[in-house]
Amino acid sequence: MSPVDRSRLPVPGTSPSYRFPEVRKVRLPNGLCVWTVEHRSVPVVTLVLLVGVGSAADPAARPGLASLTGDMLDEGAGDRSALEVHDALARIGASFDTEVGPDATLLTLTTLDRFRQRGLRLLADLVLRPRFDPDEFERVRQLRANRLRQLRDLPPALADRAFASLLYGSHPYGHLAIGSEDALQQIALEDVRQYHRRAYRPSAITLVAVGDASHEQLLADASEAFGHWPESDPDPTIAEALARALQPPAAAPARLALVDRPGAAQSELRLGHVAVPRSTPDYHALVLLNMVLGGQFVSRINMNLREGKGFTYGARTSFDFRRGPGPFQLQVSVQTAVTGEAIREAIGELRAIRAERPVTPQELELARAALTRGYPRNFETAEQIARSTAQLALYGLPDNYFERFVPTIEALRLDDVLRVARAHLDDERVTTLVVGDRAIVEPGLATLGLGVAEALLPA
Amino acid sequence: MDIPFTRHTLGNGLSVILHEDHDCPIVAVNLWYHVGSKNEVPGRTGFAHLFEHLMFEGSAHHDRGYFHPLQEAGALLNGSTSSDRTNYWEVVPTSAFELALWMESDRMGFLLPALTAAKFNNQRDVVLNERRQNYENRPYGLATMATVAALYAPDHPYHWLTIGSADDLRASSLEEAHAFFARYYHPANASLAIAGDIEPDVALALADRYFGDIAPGPPVAPVLRDATLPAPVRLLQEDRVELPRVYLAWHSPAMFKAGDAELDLVSDVLANGKTSRLYRALVYSRRIATEVAAFQNSRELGSFFQVIATAAPGRTLAELETAIDEEMATLAAEGPDSDEMERSLAQAEAQFVYRLQTVGGFGGKSDQLNAYNTFIGQPGFFDQDLARYRNATAEGLRSTLATYLCGQPRVSLSVVPKGQIELAAPFDGRAVVQ
Repeated sequence: MSPVDRSRLPVPGTSPSYRFPEVRKVRLPNGLCVWTVEHRSVPVVTLVLLVGVGSAADPAARPGLASLTGDMLDEGAGDRSALEVHDALARIGASFDTEVGPDATLLTLTTLDRFRQRGLRLLADLVLRPRFDPDEFERVRQLRANRLRQLRDLPPALADRAFASLLYGSHPYGHLAIGSEDALQQIALEDVRQYHRRAYRPSAITLVAVGDASHEQLLADASEAFGHWPESDPDPTIAEALARALQPPAAAPARLALVDRPGAAQSELRLGHVAVPRSTPDYHALVLLNMVLGGQFVSRINMNLREGKGFTYGARTSFDFRRGPGPFQLQVSVQTAVTGEAIREAIGELRAIRAERPVTPQELELARAALTRGYPRNFETAEQIARSTAQLALYGLPDNYFERFVPTIEALRLDDVLRVARAHLDDERVTTLVVGDRAIVEPGLATLGLGVAEALLPA
Repeated sequence: MDIPFTRHTLGNGLSVILHEDHDCPIVAVNLWYHVGSKNEVPGRTGFAHLFEHLMFEGSAHHDRGYFHPLQEAGALLNGSTSSDRTNYWEVVPTSAFELALWMESDRMGFLLPALTAAKFNNQRDVVLNERRQNYENRPYGLATMATVAALYAPDHPYHWLTIGSADDLRASSLEEAHAFFARYYHPANASLAIAGDIEPDVALALADRYFGDIAPGPPVAPVLRDATLPAPVRLLQEDRVELPRVYLAWHSPAMFKAGDAELDLVSDVLANGKTSRLYRALVYSRRIATEVAAFQNSRELGSFFQVIATAAPGRTLAELETAIDEEMATLAAEGPDSDEMERSLAQAEAQFVYRLQTVGGFGGKSDQLNAYNTFIGQPGFFDQDLARYRNATAEGLRSTLATYLCGQPRVSLSVVPKGQIELAAPFDGRAVVQ
C-alpha cells in the first residue's frame, strides 16, 4: 500500500441508508399493545413495558406517588414475597430497572433468551399483581426518605429540584418524580393502591419485546403472560392530569436564584426556560440547533467553557422534549471563583446564536453529519432497539419514524435552524440558578445585571 | 462464547486484534496503552489521566481538536484511565474506518509537535475541575481516596487514585508530559483491537499502513510491587453528608489469579441484589442500613475487596461493622448454599453475555479483547474467563473468603456528617487526603 498521506484527513464515503428492523404491532383483546422486533445477533431478549403515565400525573398534594408506586412493584407480587421476586430475577440473570419520568413509567427487563418466558411471567406479576404489603411499604418509604435526605448534599439533585420548581411552579412538571421529604410522609399505602388501579390499565400499556426469537414466538409468550389481564375503564383523574401537563405553565419572569452551599468547591448551574413539546413540527431543526449550541463535545458551550476557559469538566444544553412543553436548559458545574463569568459567557452564547453569531453553514453541516452518519450505532443491542421502539409508542410517532430521521435531518436548511433559534430560544427569558457558595459568588453575580439573587432554601 | 479473532504483531511491536461482525454497519477501533496511574511516582500523581486529556487536543498533522473530524464522521468516541491502563476508542460508520485509524495513529506517532503549554495549562484546569466535580463537591467523594491511601504504602503505586492530588497536578509541567509520552505511548506498549464491519485482510493491511511506520519505543519494565497491610487501620473522615457510611477494604488476589473470581462471586453473595446476605440482614430485616455494596476491585498488582454500608438514621457505624463481620463470619464458616451459587453464577454468566452485545465502547467486544491481550496476552480468553466462574465451588468461595478477608487486617474508614463523630466506628486517627 502507498504511504499515508498526512497532509489531509481521509474523507469518509457515503453510508448506506439505515433500515430499522420491522416492528409488528398487535393489540390484545384487553387493549394491551404488544410490539415485537426480531434481533438475532446475541441470545438475549429485552422487554420494555411502557405505562403511559408518569410523575406529571402525581396529585398536587402527593408528588412522588407515581415513583413510589413504581418502587413497590417488585416488593412482592403474585405468589412471591419481595425477596422471592428478587430471587427469581437473579436466577434468570435478569437486569431489571424501573424508571418513572414526567410522562411515563418504564420497566426494562433484559435476560438470556432461554429465560424469555420466565422473564415475561415475572414482569406480568410485577405489573398486574403487586402485593402492596403494608410492612414492605413502610420499609420502602423509609428507604426513600433516607435517599431524599442524602440528596440534600448532592448539588446536581438540589439544582434539578429547584430549577423544575422555578420554571414550572405548580404545573405537573414542577416537581421531580422522586417527590419530596414532606410529601412522602403524606403518602399512604391506599394512595399507592389507588394510583396503581387507575394508571396501570392494559390499554395504557405497550409491551415491547425485542430478542433472539421470531415475532410469533415473542407475541405468543407475551399474550400468555399478559392476555388474561381484564380491561378496565379509563380513569378521569388520570386523564385530567395528563391533559393538564399538555398545557404550558403560567408565564414566569426571568429570575436569578441561589441555593447557598458555603464552602462548595464548585457552583452547579442551570440556565433555561420552558420550551416546546415533543410534538412540535420544529423537532428535527431544534435537535440540529442543540448539537451546535451544547449537544456534543465540539458544541459552542463546551468549547467555550471547557476547552477555551477551563472553567469546567463539561457543559451541555438540551431540549427535554416531553408530551407537554419541556424545558430547554444549560447545565454545568464550574469552579466557584468564576461563577459570574461563566454565567455571563453562557447567556452570551444563548443570545449570540439567535442574534449576532447565528449558526454557520459549517456548523450546520458538522451537526447534520454527526447526527446522520453514525445513526445505525443507536440500534446495536436489543435494549437500544426496545427503548427506541417504546419512544414511538410514548409520543405517537409514525412507524417509519426511524427510517425517516436521516432524510428529514438532511432536508433541513440553514434558514430552518436560524428560524427555530429565534422562535424557541430566548435569552431574555432565561432563568438562572446557582447552587454554590453565596459569599464567594455574590460579587460576580452582582455584575450580571440580573438583579439580586433571590435565596432559595434547599427544598 | 464464540468471539472469533485473529492477532497479529506489526514490525514495531504493535498488537493488532481483528474481529469480524457485520450485524451493524459500524467499526470499533479500540486502542489500549499499558500505562496507568500505577506508572506514576509520588509527587506527580494524576499524570497518566491528565495525559489522556492531552491526547484529545490535536497532533502534528491535525493540530486542532480530536473530536471535530470524528464527530463530523458520525463517530462516538471516548477514553479512560485506570490504575493499570489507558484506553481510547472510536465507534465509526464503516465508511469512516480509515479516518479513525488516521486519527489514532497520528496521535500515537506525532503528538508532541502539537503539544503546547497553552493546551497543557487548559487541560490541567479542566482536570482540576473534574476533580472538584467528581470528588471534592460530591458526598463521600474523598472516601475511596482515603481508603487506598491507608491500604497501600506511600510509595506503592496504588496509594493514590487516577485523578491524583490537586497539588501534584498543579506542579506538573509540559516537559514531563513530553517525557511521559516518549516513555509509554509507543507501539510495543499498545494493543489495537478492531471489531465490527470489516474484512480482516483489508483491516490488517490498513492497520499496518497507518501504524506500521511509527517507531518502536523503549521497552516498558513491568511495575512489580507487593502490598500488605501489617495491622488494621481505623480512620475517621468528616464530610458534608447526611448519613454516616463505613468503608471496609482488604488486600485480595490480583486480577485473574487464584481466588479472584471466587471473591467476585463472594461480593455477589454478600451484596448484589435484595437476596444478598448483607442486604437481607442489614437493610431488609434489621433496617440498620440504607444501602450496602461489595466489590472485588480486580487489578494487576493486587486487588482490593471492599464492603460499603450506609447507616440508617440513628444507627452507628460500629453497629454496622459488627453486623457485617457477623455475616461474613457465617459465610466463611458455612459457605454459600446452592441457591446462592445458582443465582450468582446465572448473574455472572448473563453479565458476560450482555457486555458482548456491542462491538465498541467501554466493555464491548473490542475493549474486552484488548483487556485480555494487555493483561494476560490471550485476546480470546473469554471461555477460560467464564470457566473461572463456572468452575467455582461453594467450598472455594468459603475458603477464599476465610483466607483473605475474615480476620485479616483491613482498613476501616468511617465517614460521618460534620460534627457527629459519635456515629463513627472506633478509630485511631483521621484520614488524610491530599
